[in-house]
Amino acid sequence: MGKRLNSIVKWIDERFPLTSNWKAHLTEYYAPKNFNFWYYFGSLAMLVLVNQLLTGIFLTMNYKPDASMAFASVEYIMRDVDFGWLIRYMHSTGASMFFVVVYLHMFRGMMYGSYRKPRELLWLIGSGIFFVLMMLAFTGYILPWGQMSYWGAMVIINMIMAIPVIGEPLSNLILGDFTLSDAALNRFFAYHVVTLPVLLVTLVVVHVIALHEVGSNNPDGIEIKANRDPKTNIPVDGIPFHPYYTVKDIFGVVVFLILFCGIIFFAPEMGGYFLEYNNFIPANTLQTPDHIAPVWYFTPYYSMLRAATVNFLWIDAKLWGIILMGGSVAIICLLPWLDRSPVKSIRYKGPYFKTALTLFVISVFVLGWLGTKTPTPLYTLLAQIFTVIYFAFFILMPWYSKIDKCKPEPKRVTK
Amino acid sequence: MRGIRVLLFFLCLVPLTAFAGGSRVTLDQAPIQYTDTLSLQRGAKIFVNYCLTCHSANYMRYNRLRDLGLSKKQIKDNLIFTGKKPGDLMKIAMKEKEAQKWFGVVPPDLSVIARSRGADWLYTYLRQFYRDESTTTGWNNLVFDKAAMPHVLYELQGEQLLRLEMVDDGHGGKHEVKKLVLNKPGLLSKTEYDMYVADLVNYLVYLGEPAATYRVQLGIIVMLFLFGMLGLTYALKHDFWREVH
Repeated sequence: MGKRLNSIVKWIDERFPLTSNWKAHLTEYYAPKNFNFWYYFGSLAMLVLVNQLLTGIFLTMNYKPDASMAFASVEYIMRDVDFGWLIRYMHSTGASMFFVVVYLHMFRGMMYGSYRKPRELLWLIGSGIFFVLMMLAFTGYILPWGQMSYWGAMVIINMIMAIPVIGEPLSNLILGDFTLSDAALNRFFAYHVVTLPVLLVTLVVVHVIALHEVGSNNPDGIEIKANRDPKTNIPVDGIPFHPYYTVKDIFGVVVFLILFCGIIFFAPEMGGYFLEYNNFIPANTLQTPDHIAPVWYFTPYYSMLRAATVNFLWIDAKLWGIILMGGSVAIICLLPWLDRSPVKSIRYKGPYFKTALTLFVISVFVLGWLGTKTPTPLYTLLAQIFTVIYFAFFILMPWYSKIDKCKPEPKRVTK
Repeated sequence: MRGIRVLLFFLCLVPLTAFAGGSRVTLDQAPIQYTDTLSLQRGAKIFVNYCLTCHSANYMRYNRLRDLGLSKKQIKDNLIFTGKKPGDLMKIAMKEKEAQKWFGVVPPDLSVIARSRGADWLYTYLRQFYRDESTTTGWNNLVFDKAAMPHVLYELQGEQLLRLEMVDDGHGGKHEVKKLVLNKPGLLSKTEYDMYVADLVNYLVYLGEPAATYRVQLGIIVMLFLFGMLGLTYALKHDFWREVH
């Protein structure tokens, strides 16, 4: 049997670089041996991606992208399709969990300086993935054609329309109509099941290729490639990804699945945060809901959109909101060039960076919470304060990261 | 670090402000049990008798009621009045245009009403109708002001009237409280009517997600499997990583 298998592999290797790729990306890809809890979320994001692709395919088999049938077809899936409810909940919970793992993955990068040289491009590709993911979440949320689908999309479309000069033609191009309608639903379906998934999968492959070119960062933020065994040329602090990190990640996957399945089977609505209660009302184009709230993962940006209330310079408040919202996502890409610290990891960074990062995390949580609420003068003021803190974290970084009192980095990775 | 702690403390106070200034009617908790099959069966009976003439349940099939321990024949003989087949959807004869003319609004489909409104809202709503001659239907509701729906269960609950009472708020001031008092008794006592509505709400919750009971049952099996896997995968990881440490 082993002989037979070897000859098959040999046959393939003469025609396709199977063994060399297997080695380059798994058995001879040397990852630092000191990965901690925060290093599970990359592989978990991959798991959720596969979950979304597979369940998504099954959903398209019964979903109807038609304004008069979409809502009913989702309920058909929930009731009449065998295990349709399970597939749908896996997909809807997967959408939220995608953001959970991606946010944690990004936070890991911020803590350990994974965006620093030589991983700037890796960070940019990752930012691209995050952007595509947001578009996927947005287009996907429209498909059930409930009240929140419709009116949430309306908010975004009005936002696009408010962009000077190109706003209207751009909106017409995206919608295929002058307003949100059946034609637009068809287009959003096409984006959600073809355009964006293809883009996402491509970017993820590019992300992994880029990672394996530069090698993984680690909680100490030092380069393991700087310390190689003189005989084998293998980094002394590196261990082969397979089997060590594959078995570790499988354990991580099971822990994640316990949480994931806990939500799917026991709390699929997650208290209205994963599936909003108002989205169980079919879209009504004549009745604007009192309170339009996006799903939790968009609420921090939504808060920043609403935080702009004054016209400033020649730009009106609405456009400022859009600039803030777009800027809050775009500024993440600039991190590699904003951080001037001599060290990468938070372990060796000084009090300024630690305080700034803490304030940043608090501002994201507060903005996220405010985004779920109906605005009041107090809430708007809070949103404005925390929007300033959010942006200050990035804009002031070149200054505070430079003057910070850092500790010396170790020569070898620590436990 | 101290500054951060002070800030965190104030942030903890932020959610408290959410409760200030809200003057909503407090909802009663619906005393329902999704595993109580008899209650669900009674609820189904109330639903087809009282609701399913103006309200549809367009995403639900009659034969799905086998979930509630009913046979196809029982469903056909007791719950279908319109000559429909058990495999048909719970549609109604009233056209949307007519509904618009008669009620001013199309009565919402009830298939997923419990998922958008919540059980407690429905339970409170169906018990808080009161006489109000100023409205078109002659009825009003404490939870849903000027609801277009008349009090369909009137003969069972009886007729309630709105009473405004001044109550001490405990801080020296007084504020107005809306109270409903029974004016004319109905066929059921208050407790009986509450239970009657609870059965209906229990059914509406089931109707919102018929697979929910099975979902939870399957979930327990999945969890047992995953916890088993947790031990195995941890042992595997531990075994491999012994060489690293």
